[in-house]
Amino acid sequence: MRGSDTFRPGGFGVTARGKEAAALALHRFGFGPAADSIAAIAADPQGALLADLERAQAGLIAANLPSSAESAREVFDFRAEQAAKQKLALRVQKQAEAENAASLVDCRKPSGEPCMAPVADDTANQQPAPMAKSAQPPAPPLPQRLFQDEAKARFDAALGADIGFAERLVWFWSNHFCISADKIVEMAGPFEREAIRPHALGRFADLLLAVESHPGMLFYLDNVQSMGANSTAGINRDKGLNENLAREILELHTLGVRSGYTQADVTSFANVITGWTWLPPEQPIHGGEFAFVQRLHEPGSKTVLGKLYPDTGVGQGRAVLADLARQPATAQHIAQKLARHFVADEPPPSLVTKLTKTFSDTDGNLKEVAKSLVTSEESWTPQRTKLKSPAEWTIGMLRLMAAPQTVPVGRILGTQATLGEALWRPLSPNGYPDTEAAWIDGVPRRLDIAAGFAGQVASNNADPRAVLEFALGPLASAATRDTIARAESRPQALALLVMAPEFLRR
Amino acid sequence: MNMLHAPSRRHVMLASGTLFAWAYMPKLALAEGRDPRFLTIVLRGALDGLATVAPVGDPDWIALRGDNALTQQSKTPALKLDEFFALNPAMPNLHRMFAANEAIVVHACATPYRERSHFDGQDLLESGLPKPTSSDSGWLNRALAGLAPGDRVGVQGNKAFAVGPVTPLLVRGPAPVLSWSPQRILPASEDTVTRLLDLYRHADPKLAAVIEEHAKLAAIERSGDMGQSPGQNVPGPAQVRAYFAEVAGTAAKFLAQPAGPRIGALALDGWDTHSNEGIAQGRLSQLLGALDAALAAVETNMGPAWRDTVVALVTEFGRTARINGTDGTDHGTATVALLAGGALKGGRVIADWPGLKSTDLYENRDLKPTTDLRAVLKGLLKDHLRADDRTLAQNVFPGSADVKPMAGLVG
Repeated sequence: MRGSDTFRPGGFGVTARGKEAAALALHRFGFGPAADSIAAIAADPQGALLADLERAQAGLIAANLPSSAESAREVFDFRAEQAAKQKLALRVQKQAEAENAASLVDCRKPSGEPCMAPVADDTANQQPAPMAKSAQPPAPPLPQRLFQDEAKARFDAALGADIGFAERLVWFWSNHFCISADKIVEMAGPFEREAIRPHALGRFADLLLAVESHPGMLFYLDNVQSMGANSTAGINRDKGLNENLAREILELHTLGVRSGYTQADVTSFANVITGWTWLPPEQPIHGGEFAFVQRLHEPGSKTVLGKLYPDTGVGQGRAVLADLARQPATAQHIAQKLARHFVADEPPPSLVTKLTKTFSDTDGNLKEVAKSLVTSEESWTPQRTKLKSPAEWTIGMLRLMAAPQTVPVGRILGTQATLGEALWRPLSPNGYPDTEAAWIDGVPRRLDIAAGFAGQVASNNADPRAVLEFALGPLASAATRDTIARAESRPQALALLVMAPEFLRR
Repeated sequence: MNMLHAPSRRHVMLASGTLFAWAYMPKLALAEGRDPRFLTIVLRGALDGLATVAPVGDPDWIALRGDNALTQQSKTPALKLDEFFALNPAMPNLHRMFAANEAIVVHACATPYRERSHFDGQDLLESGLPKPTSSDSGWLNRALAGLAPGDRVGVQGNKAFAVGPVTPLLVRGPAPVLSWSPQRILPASEDTVTRLLDLYRHADPKLAAVIEEHAKLAAIERSGDMGQSPGQNVPGPAQVRAYFAEVAGTAAKFLAQPAGPRIGALALDGWDTHSNEGIAQGRLSQLLGALDAALAAVETNMGPAWRDTVVALVTEFGRTARINGTDGTDHGTATVALLAGGALKGGRVIADWPGLKSTDLYENRDLKPTTDLRAVLKGLLKDHLRADDRTLAQNVFPGSADVKPMAGLVG
């Protein structure tokens, strides 16, 4: 091995060069190598990661997709039409039943033979069933179609990325501020495009405001139902507060659990954001858009975390969010999560300290925090203990094995769901877990999936030993090289490659 | 080397379990009043020919393989084919077909490949080229391209088949092909699990523990007859058997249809038996049993078309003549080609037997190849499908002019 290709633990740290550091960079900070990307960034892996953040369109996707409000209105109309059709069909059926009942007495033929039910054509069953991917499947219903279009745009961005560092950050923030398609399918994708992507490399305060004022989040965490008990609407309807969103903002999105806030803070903050809602999607022009409705807003000044906020309407909530974004606990919470996500389940405390400091010093400039991450020596530890999440691993596998255009979006969705990480469907507002304990039991299932893809979606005429060079380069252990070289077929070699510890862990 | 994920269908192996078929009917054969069906099944991993069809009449046989030598005096006796050869007892259906003159065994047979890499060996088996060089097309496709196309096949309104996302080398080339994949995806094989577990034990004890636990659960589930949910467990013998039969049986249903395709190919994996081969009982025995059941499914589902059918089972190379230190066999050279179908002039083992003494073996290690697999395939393509000699020698198997098509296999 040439000296320049050697990545020495400890000594080189952030200035590491060569293929080993390049492979590490691609797996740890990107979506894994595609084609010869290890060689492509070997001259300056860290520089390549920094450059990924500086691209003009970093974090964004150019997709011609409806906005969350348009999507919500379309889906509302669709459901209304479906309901009308069903109702109409029911009417017709009832009418037919009534007519049948009247004619039952005529059923016997003059000969006395009973009326015959039509006999099913048995011969049809002798033929093999047509295969799914050949016959054009019927177009899925509108909500599913919108969802799949959004998913495809997301997968394309990850599959086609040179490195994918900015995209990984989008995924991180999307999971940090998750909503669930199980509750609001029509906004899962638009939420990420509208609230997360424009700010993933911007200021945390802007990201936070975009997220908490997005109709998808307001619906997901029930704020659209919340109203001040002393607001006009609250008095008229005898209704009041729903604390869900306020609590999760404090507990999950900003300060973190057990960081010192009290129940009084939660209640007060919930009152602050009463009136943050959406216009009902049945409204033809602005339905589905964010609105601050004064009629729902609890009047009066409120105290949150010891600070008094005068009632400035929507401005009151904005002011609280802006302060939450600057709380030291928020910086600490975000730094810890980022370090855990990219480096290790138990990240080095010194790294967390650095990221916290960058976050605070730059007023939550997330690009600077990301830069701090890749320029910290701790982030380049050669110990690769972090188990890739199922969704991340799926993308890494496909980047290696398949032409991205050839894998149907439904299959990627199905794979990630099978592995327990269905896209935009976390079971709770704290998103998908980010530790090995949560995912390691699913590893045998990954093997089945790897074997299935390797055998059916695409394998490759390239020698698996060469594929291994592309996928892992110097990271591959002798045992892994040996296992790949001895595989009984290319598909088996590919499956074993993406299941090798060096590919599963980063 | 090319990009690994080039957005084209190039450079892809035969996908396990997927049937690929020619989009046309063979015009010349139809004009003769015949309606031939031809199915090629690639057995990837290198089939142990000596464990499949044992040379029980060879005086050196027992000494060569010791306790692993199948004989007609074994606990489960090998099935007699002729005075010299006997079939692995896991294959009663093939034996029945052989007795009915509907099966042929070609022994000591090999492609021109003389190295021992699976990857290159499979390439050469599929490309039909004399050397392992990169190829954009396979011998079967080039053979189809040389046949006069008749009507386009119309399986269920042309919708039952489509070109899949990838096309394997064997059927890639100028002639249009269709594909069908089974809905069911078999979980990773026991062999793949074992290999991965070996790696994890070296490199990552935590991952090893998870895989071991999973394998244990799967075994308990199997022994308790709890049934299996696909995609969750290591497939047991019954599951592999069901999968082979489903894949091959469905292929036959397509090929049997009046308007269906006539010529197809698929692959069945798992033959790389380096340790605990289980010739009479165990892994290979179960795989051969599954293959035998798959042949029976083809026969059944072909219906009356069985009499016009040839199924060719081919593998990239054979395995070592002797058993290795782990009760298995390593990569070798000559092996068997198995042919089945009502169109064959069967009931014969075709072999220019090289013998089993150390000096008879290829490199004192493998069964020596005495029959070129290309001769067998050329004979089938010529007599069954009416491919012409020149096309066969120049296009289908380039550089094989001195490998004459084996005559008299069908008819």
